[in-house]
Amino acid sequence: MSSINNAIVSYQQKLAINRLGLWLFFASDAFMFGGLLVARFYLLGNKNLNLDQTLGLLVTSILLISSFFMNRAEVMVSEGNHKGFITSLVITILLGISFLVGVVGLEWGSAHFGPGDGAEGAVFYMMTGMHAFHVLTGIIFLSLVLRNGLNKKYTPEKHYAVEASANYWHFVDVVWIIYYPVLYLMGTI
Amino acid sequence: MNLSGIVKGILFQIVGSFIGAGIMGGIRALMGLPWKTEPAIVLGGLVGAIAFMVGVGAFKDWWKMALGEEVTEASEVVGKQGLSRYFGFSLDHKVIGIQYGILSMVLLVLGGSLALIFRVELAQSGLQLLNFVQFNTLVGLHGMVLIASILMGIAAMSNYVVPLLIGAEDMAFPRLNAFSFWIAVPASIILMSSMFFGGFETGWTAYPPLSVRGPMGIQMFFLGVFIVGYSSILGALNLIATILTMRTKGMGLFKMPIFAWSVLATSIISLTATQLIGLSFQLVMFERLFGMSFFTPSDGGNPILFQHLFWFYSHPAVYIFVLPGLGIISELLPVFVRKPLFGYKWVAMSSMGIALTGFLVWGHHMFTAGIEEYLRVPFMYSTLLVAVPTGVKFFSWVATIWQGKARFPVPMLFVLGGIIVFLLGGLTGPPNGTVSTDLHLHDTYYIVGHFHNTMFGGFIFPIFAAIYYWYPKITGRRMSETLGKIHFYLMTPSFFLMTFGQMRIGLLGMRRRIADYDPAMGFDFTQLLITIGGYLIAISILVFFYNLIVSAKKGESATGNIWNSRSPEWDILPSPAPVHNYAGIHFNVVGEPYDYGLIGSKYVELAQGIHQREESD
Repeated sequence: MSSINNAIVSYQQKLAINRLGLWLFFASDAFMFGGLLVARFYLLGNKNLNLDQTLGLLVTSILLISSFFMNRAEVMVSEGNHKGFITSLVITILLGISFLVGVVGLEWGSAHFGPGDGAEGAVFYMMTGMHAFHVLTGIIFLSLVLRNGLNKKYTPEKHYAVEASANYWHFVDVVWIIYYPVLYLMGTI
Repeated sequence: MNLSGIVKGILFQIVGSFIGAGIMGGIRALMGLPWKTEPAIVLGGLVGAIAFMVGVGAFKDWWKMALGEEVTEASEVVGKQGLSRYFGFSLDHKVIGIQYGILSMVLLVLGGSLALIFRVELAQSGLQLLNFVQFNTLVGLHGMVLIASILMGIAAMSNYVVPLLIGAEDMAFPRLNAFSFWIAVPASIILMSSMFFGGFETGWTAYPPLSVRGPMGIQMFFLGVFIVGYSSILGALNLIATILTMRTKGMGLFKMPIFAWSVLATSIISLTATQLIGLSFQLVMFERLFGMSFFTPSDGGNPILFQHLFWFYSHPAVYIFVLPGLGIISELLPVFVRKPLFGYKWVAMSSMGIALTGFLVWGHHMFTAGIEEYLRVPFMYSTLLVAVPTGVKFFSWVATIWQGKARFPVPMLFVLGGIIVFLLGGLTGPPNGTVSTDLHLHDTYYIVGHFHNTMFGGFIFPIFAAIYYWYPKITGRRMSETLGKIHFYLMTPSFFLMTFGQMRIGLLGMRRRIADYDPAMGFDFTQLLITIGGYLIAISILVFFYNLIVSAKKGESATGNIWNSRSPEWDILPSPAPVHNYAGIHFNVVGEPYDYGLIGSKYVELAQGIHQREESD
């Protein structure tokens, strides 16, 4: 009965709708991250958190490089380069995990305040924690993509799952590009 | 055992809640900490909500998708028929719309009943029935449960009607649509459960520092609202995608039925701003759980921050609540006065205008809160600016009614009632937005009266109009006109009794959220009248429910275009609407949506034979 409509709603149209949906989700999520930025400036103003600069630069570089490999993975799957796709994806996931280790494992352990220590602690742990949560979900998505990629589920024509998780990964990366200077670089001690 | 989805979901939620609480207790025990109820109920609530979704079957298809397996196209899933389909997981937007409607009405009854309890307490001075915490819990829950009911109600209208209006087969993301509905069920249960964990003292706004210190029922309140918020965000996402991409061929944005415009405007607000109330509530939850001091001044925090984040959603939220209702008014009015909607483009743009201006006005809730002095006047101006697009709507309605051939069946009565009550709400608003008068009116019953006007005029009246209007589309029978008229003529004067009473004592100095008042203030009689008004409204709503249930079986049969509407769901489809909407039917948009009275003009036209030709190409 609905076969006529199904024929009309082709894969391309579905793809367009899915892309729109994903971008609407980013718009929504961006407001949440924006709210945390507001909280940071409202509570801390021009105050520098006096964090470990080396570690901050390191995790930021790791995340940016991971975004590069994510992009490579997406390009390679669309070119039909299966091996390159899997390799880039694995590198992306490993870099993502290193980022999490760097922020949650090292930075949280070595910071000179805990989450309960005043507004600085609250803001810092909330912002990095919320971002790390998104990185974690990104890693879960990428792992599923890796699993399905190893099972050869993606073709150069049909690989929306790769594209979507890549966009999500870049989105989380862009958030960090804003959070990094706001947490590490700006302000006076 | 073949349990229906909702029963299974609730069983899963109960088990999940205990497991979640147990996990938290176990983690704390491993860390050598004693049992503490608060973190346990928070994790329990969260796990319970997820377990509910597992039980109802919301994750089944997504799990398959995640593993790269093929899933059936949503349009090819053969759903159950009959009444039982409304109590299980379904992907059909019409079923989901009605499910939303049922949940909305259940919450309406719950939230209304809470008000009936505390109105008895307020009917005379002195404390008779409740203690302070009970009173505050009831007031706060009355607010938030009804907000949830309103969100569900507008989702019900948008879900059921929008795809039919724009000629779509279903929503853009049917699985997400079902998810957004079902997640609201455990969320409502969690929200109500706050009563049983000690209640809370803050009212629905949950301002810290009180909410940081009060009883732990506030945690369930936060968690419930947080999850309802996600339901609202995902629903809005779906509606925007549907309206932008699923319109039938030839239906440009400015040829859409006007209701679709107001849903689009509403969805833009709920998609984005809802994140901020979620965030603000999450921050208080974390402050309570982990001692992160966002809002405690002695520890570097600032309670005003909460108010900024909270009102950034909660003022636009008012426009979320009323815009679909105003859209219903603009949608139904031309049908019943047989005239074109005056200034279609302006009405469409006024919805967008209200939505966008709504983002700039939140500070007017904080004139007395100690915000920066220089922020007050800009917020006053931006607030008063909202009157401009709202005025556009009113002038459009008046010009539409002007010299029309009005008919007055029940939906039209509710449309007119909505216009009048919302006008009252609009006129009582500017004194609250103006700094000098607000300093006197803030936190009084005047505000209570004002927003009950806007909520009744912008939501309650229009949703009743919408139910009476689209009921035949759902059931193939119409609701009783006599009972509908009793409902209307009982509810409207009772409402005026209630709201004028509230505004009167408010102007005289009765404060909000106070369980008791000094008999010397002389409020006793007016308070009694307000209580009587509230109970009369409740009786009228009982009449409505009786009508709603009885008419499904015994109502007058109505399968055709009983309102002589031009929009496709009446003009083309029979009632009740077929399972697959317009599947197999091809129609063209050949005119303007609201050219009522223009002889020979049509909005939509069946295009027979066209698809055969297309297929042979």
